[in-house]
Amino acid sequence: MKNQYRALKCRSRVLLIFFFLLLTVIGVLSLCIGASSISVMDSILALIKDNGMARAIVLNLRLPRVFMAGLIGIGLGTAGAVFQAVLRNPLASPFTLGIGSSAGFGAVVTIIFFNGLVNEYAIVTGAFVFTLLSSFVVLGVSRYKGTTAETMILTGIALMFLFSSLSSFLQYLGTKEEVHGIVFWFFGSLSKAGYKEIILSGTMILVPIPFILRFAFDFNLMTAGDESAGALGVNVPVIRMLSIALASLMTAGAICFTGVIGFIGLVAPHIARMIFGSDHLFLIPASALIGAVLVLAADTLGRTLWLPHIIPIGIVTSFIGVPFFLFLLIRKTKEYW
Amino acid sequence: MIQMKNLDVHYGKTRVLKGIDLRVNKGEIVSVLGPNGVGKTTLLKCLLGMIKPGSGFIKMDDLDILKMSLTQRARFIGYVPQALPSRFPMTVFDAVLMGRKPYVRFVPSGEDLEIVSQVLLSMNLSHLALKEFDRISGGQKQKVLLARAIAQEPCYLILDEPSSNLDVKHQLEVMDMLKTLAAKKNIGIIMAMHSLNLAARFSDRIVMLKSGHMVCNGPPAEVMTCRTIEMVYGILVTINRANGYPYTIPLSPVPVNKINSELLN
Repeated sequence: MKNQYRALKCRSRVLLIFFFLLLTVIGVLSLCIGASSISVMDSILALIKDNGMARAIVLNLRLPRVFMAGLIGIGLGTAGAVFQAVLRNPLASPFTLGIGSSAGFGAVVTIIFFNGLVNEYAIVTGAFVFTLLSSFVVLGVSRYKGTTAETMILTGIALMFLFSSLSSFLQYLGTKEEVHGIVFWFFGSLSKAGYKEIILSGTMILVPIPFILRFAFDFNLMTAGDESAGALGVNVPVIRMLSIALASLMTAGAICFTGVIGFIGLVAPHIARMIFGSDHLFLIPASALIGAVLVLAADTLGRTLWLPHIIPIGIVTSFIGVPFFLFLLIRKTKEYW
Repeated sequence: MIQMKNLDVHYGKTRVLKGIDLRVNKGEIVSVLGPNGVGKTTLLKCLLGMIKPGSGFIKMDDLDILKMSLTQRARFIGYVPQALPSRFPMTVFDAVLMGRKPYVRFVPSGEDLEIVSQVLLSMNLSHLALKEFDRISGGQKQKVLLARAIAQEPCYLILDEPSSNLDVKHQLEVMDMLKTLAAKKNIGIIMAMHSLNLAARFSDRIVMLKSGHMVCNGPPAEVMTCRTIEMVYGILVTINRANGYPYTIPLSPVPVNKINSELLN
């Protein structure tokens, strides 16, 4: 029986390795295709030796983009899995607690009041500050009113409405150019990804992961309800607050440079759950990998399908993500949530 | 030994438990009886440290439970809830493995897996090990929850109406398991019960609550009397004895005029 159980977990481990390999393959593939016609061979060679123009394009344009896409997918996928676990809600995503709309509001504020169109780092800072602000409000309210999943979700939804109306109000006041800039930011784009941005986002996204994995077994217990987890020795309120703080940080890292790429954080954990089941020791890394695969695939399609135009990543993720998700939902054989 | 001393609990301004004094020894089964809303669950939650009493204290082997860490408490006392949320998408093995939480540092070890296997085997649940928890029957679920608490290796076990959702056969099986557990592993068991007859047959002691007060505390044969049950539940009963156990047969609610005349007296 113990061995059968081990075999079951072994299957999950193999699947994780498979998704890691898949991610690597898509990453390499995505390095080889793009607007300029560089051959596959040249693209790969560019990684190891100097072959002029090809190296410049691959190393300076494509490679950072691939890294950024992967990081964002990891960030949103993990954060989504964490929010769904601690809020015990299948609709939870990195944006449930109003994070998406507050980031948007931050961007709008900087574009309109702080000349964000000229200085793009201003937008990033604005989005980041407001992202953290909204999660602090949620955490603050729940500290005062009890850290139940319901309190948090309701506070988050209320904040979401507040921030989107505030954004709309400011857009109403803004000039044509400003509104254009705002709309563009909301689409989401990876075109600004450089190595500096990767280091900053990467730190915010990767550093929390070991801490979150440390909580994975506790998340399993929390699916059985706060009381029964508490009786088994899980400090539910503390774990819930810490996880939300960490996941919010990851979300902020993922969206501050690239805009709101909404769907991944909802759908990656669900796909992972369908394939891996609900053991968070596997579900969390799986959500990270699947998120990365989805963002990377979406971005690669977005910048190659309709050359020479680039379709914004936020739009492509929904275009390919939604049908795929519905397909899985219809095909699934057992209740997985 | 669990010792509750002069326990008072308030929800806002309402006093839910009043001056409860109760001791539970290791190896002993104590059933808490009383109608709905009388404070049974509150009493259990106090024992689990989920509710802090307004006054009085609870000591477990001479340690104040409110001063224990969560993990320490979880090693002392296991809890079998009435039911899990309707969706619990894990295998039975995973569900039982959760009982090892107080001993797990990061991920469950080989030893944890071994203990879970042993528990499942001893409870005849091996064939369910890799089934989804959501897909097994209510009676099996109750047994799995019990298995989880046993994997926790506690000194005391708290159960919230362990028999209420079960058919007759599963009721007897679960009760038998509890009896064996108390006898063989010397675990002290406290359970909230609705069924008077199961409680009378399987408990060493019965405690009855009425509006937060402890009305009686003693062996079933002594405390299960027509008068006590009438007073606690507001029903008229006859009590038969068979195989040494008192069996309660409910007859009718206490007539209103009788209640009124008692109030006047």
